[in-house]
Amino acid sequence: MGKFTKKKDGIHLDRRSFLKGAALGVAGIALPLHKADASVWEAFFQKRFIEMNDAEKKQVLARLEREYEEKYKIAIKVGDEKAIPGVLFGYGLDLSRCIGCRRCVYACVEENNQSKDPQIQWISVLRFKKGEKWVDLENSDRYYNPELVPEEGYFTMPVQCQQCENPPCVRACPTQATWKEPDGIVVVDYNWCIGCRYCMAACPYGARHFNWAEPGRKPEELNPETHYLGNRPRYKGVVEKCTFCIQRTRKGLYPACVEACPVGARKFGNLLDPNSEIRYAIEHKRVFRLKEDLNTNPKFYYFFAYGT
Amino acid sequence: MGTLIKNFFIAFRQIFIGNRAYYLWVAFLSFFILLGLSAYTDQFNRGLITTAMRDQVSWGLFISNFTFLVGVAAAAVLLVVPAYLYNFKPIKEIVLFGELLAVTAITMCILFILVDMGQPMRVWHILPFIGAMHFPASLLAWDVVVLNGYLAINGIIAFYVLYRLSIGKEYSMSVIGPLIILSIPWAVSIHTVTAFLYNGLSARPFWNASILAPRFLASAFCSGPAIMLILFQIIRKRSEVDIDNRAIFKIAELIAYAMAINLFLLGAEAFKEFYSGGVDSYSIRYLYFGLHGKTSLVPWMWAATLMNITAFFLFLFPKTRENFTTLNIGCVLVIMGVYIEKGMGLVVPGFVPDALGEIYEYSPTRSEILVTMGIWACGALLYTLLLKFAVPIYTGKLRFETKDKERYRTAGSHAGH
Repeated sequence: MGKFTKKKDGIHLDRRSFLKGAALGVAGIALPLHKADASVWEAFFQKRFIEMNDAEKKQVLARLEREYEEKYKIAIKVGDEKAIPGVLFGYGLDLSRCIGCRRCVYACVEENNQSKDPQIQWISVLRFKKGEKWVDLENSDRYYNPELVPEEGYFTMPVQCQQCENPPCVRACPTQATWKEPDGIVVVDYNWCIGCRYCMAACPYGARHFNWAEPGRKPEELNPETHYLGNRPRYKGVVEKCTFCIQRTRKGLYPACVEACPVGARKFGNLLDPNSEIRYAIEHKRVFRLKEDLNTNPKFYYFFAYGT
Repeated sequence: MGTLIKNFFIAFRQIFIGNRAYYLWVAFLSFFILLGLSAYTDQFNRGLITTAMRDQVSWGLFISNFTFLVGVAAAAVLLVVPAYLYNFKPIKEIVLFGELLAVTAITMCILFILVDMGQPMRVWHILPFIGAMHFPASLLAWDVVVLNGYLAINGIIAFYVLYRLSIGKEYSMSVIGPLIILSIPWAVSIHTVTAFLYNGLSARPFWNASILAPRFLASAFCSGPAIMLILFQIIRKRSEVDIDNRAIFKIAELIAYAMAINLFLLGAEAFKEFYSGGVDSYSIRYLYFGLHGKTSLVPWMWAATLMNITAFFLFLFPKTRENFTTLNIGCVLVIMGVYIEKGMGLVVPGFVPDALGEIYEYSPTRSEILVTMGIWACGALLYTLLLKFAVPIYTGKLRFETKDKERYRTAGSHAGH
C-alpha cells in the first residue's frame, strides 16, 4: 500500500514538472529568453502608463532609455513632464497667411522622430483651387509639388490632430491606450496600443498614423529629447499622432511647427489665459473649426487675420 | 478518470478514421494553412507593410472577411428559431450542424482579428480585469463580449447535445432550453454590434447610416443559410445523416425573404444617397460608379448586385428552389454576392475618400490573400474535424463508455425495444 502511494506521488510530481517544463518551453518560443534579461518580460507585462505610480514610471522610463540605447547606440532621454495645472492648450492657424511651404511638416518630422521610411508625417497640407468648393475636402490635393510657393490661384490648409475636447478616437480605443491629458492633449501609450486601428477609422481628420513597418530613421537623425507620451521612438504596429509637441510645450516652449512657420501663420497658447495670443485670435478674428458639425469640439482654430 | 481518458481516445481516434478522399481533403487544407502561416510569419516579422492597407484605407481584406463571417455565425439562429419555437421537426434534427458552423465561423472571426493586429502579443490588453477593456465606451469592446459569449453559448449547446447523444441518452430541454432561447437574441446582437462598430463613427459618412444594422442582418440571413444548404447536401451525401428535403427547401424559402428585404434596404439606401446627392454620397458613388476615374470596386459591386438579384428569383420560385441544380447555383450566387457586398464593398468605401478627401485605391496583396485563404482553410479543417465527431455520434455509430455500465446497458436495451 505504502509503495503504491509513493509511486502515485512520483507520477504526480512527474506530471507537474512536465507541465512546468512545457509551459516554459512555450513561453520560450513566444518570447526571446536567450537574448534579453528580464527586460523583455518587464516590457510584456508593463501596465498602462496612466495607471502607474511615480516609482513604477521611473523604472519604466529607465528601462526604455536602456532599450533605446541598446537599439540606436545613442543616449535618448525619455521624460514624463506632467500637465501644468491651469493650462489647456489651443492652436490657431491663420489661413490668410499660410503659403503651403510645408516647413511645418518637416520641422515636425525632425522634432518628433517619425519614421522616414516608410514615411510618416503628422501634418498634411491640403491645396485647394481658389473659387472651387472645399468644405468636403474632396477636391483637395495633398501631393502638390510646385517650384515655388505661394502658387497663384491656390490656397493651402494644413491639417493635423485637432486635439478634440470630445475625441472620437479615445472613445473608440478598445484598450484605453489613448486618452486626453489634463492639458487637453490626446496621447497614445505606444506600449499599450494593440494596433487594431479602430481609432484611425474613428478620426475625422486623418490625424492618426500607423507604423506599418519597423520605423526607419537613422540613429544620428533622432531627437534625443523625448517624452514617454510624445516623440520617443515608436514600435512597429502601433498608432501615433501629433501631441502639440508635448515634450516642448510642457516645458514652456512652442511646438516645432509654430517655430518653423516662416510667415507666422501658426499661433499657440493657453486657452484658459485671457491674455494669450490664441485667445486674442479667437475673440477678434473670424474663426472656424474643421468639421464642426461632428461636435468633436477641436482645440485647433482656423482663422483669417486679413484680406484676400 | 479512466473512462474519461478512454473516451478521449475514442473521440481522438476519429480524426484518423477516414477514406482516401478525407485524407486528400485534409492534405489540401493543410497545404493552404501552411501557405497562410508562412505569409503570416513574414507579416509578423516585417509588420502590416506586407498588406496593401495604409493610413488612408486602414482596414482591408481581413476586416472584410471578419464582417462577412460574423454574419455567417449569426445565421445559425435562423435554424434555431423554427426548430425549437415552432417545432418544425425536419429542421430541428439538423440544428446541431448549424451550431457547429457558428462555432467555426466565430473562431475564424477571432483569427481574422488577430492577424489584423499590429501588436498581436498584446491581445490580452483588450480583456477585462487583466487588461483594460474599454467597456462600455468602445464598440470593439462590446464586440469582444458578444462574440466570445456567442462562441461559448453555441459551444456549450453543441457539446452538451453531442455528449448526451454519445452516452446514448436524449438531451434534456430543461438544461439547454434557456440557452437556446438566449442564443436567439444573442445572434442578433453579434451582428448588430458589429454593424454599430462601423455605424457609430461620424467620421465615415458611408457607415454612419442608420440602415446599416438592418442591412447587416438581412444579408447575414442570406449568406449564412446558403452556406449551410451546401454543407447539408455534402453531409447528407457523405454520411448516413438523413437531412429531409423539406428542411432544405424551407431554408431556401427563408433565404428568398431575407434577400428581398436585403435588396429593398439596399435600394432605400441607394435612393437616399443618389437622389439627395450631398457630399456624403461620394463613397457610394465611388462604389458603384467610381470617382475621378478610380473604379476598382465598380465591376465587383455590379457583379454582386446582379448575383443577389438572380439568386433572389431562383429562391423565390418553388420550381427553381426545389431543383437542386438551380438551388445550388442560387446558393453560390448568394455567398459570392454577400461576400463582396458585406466584405470589401462595405469596409473599403468607408475609407474612400479618406477623412481628408484623398482617394486611395486599395487592392489586397498576395500576402494578404494567402493569409486569408489560410484562415478559410483553418475554418474548413475545424468544421471537418468537428463533423468527424458529430456525425458518428449523431448517427449512433460512436458511443462513449460510461462509468455506470449497468445504466448504459439499460439505455442501450431501451433503444433496442
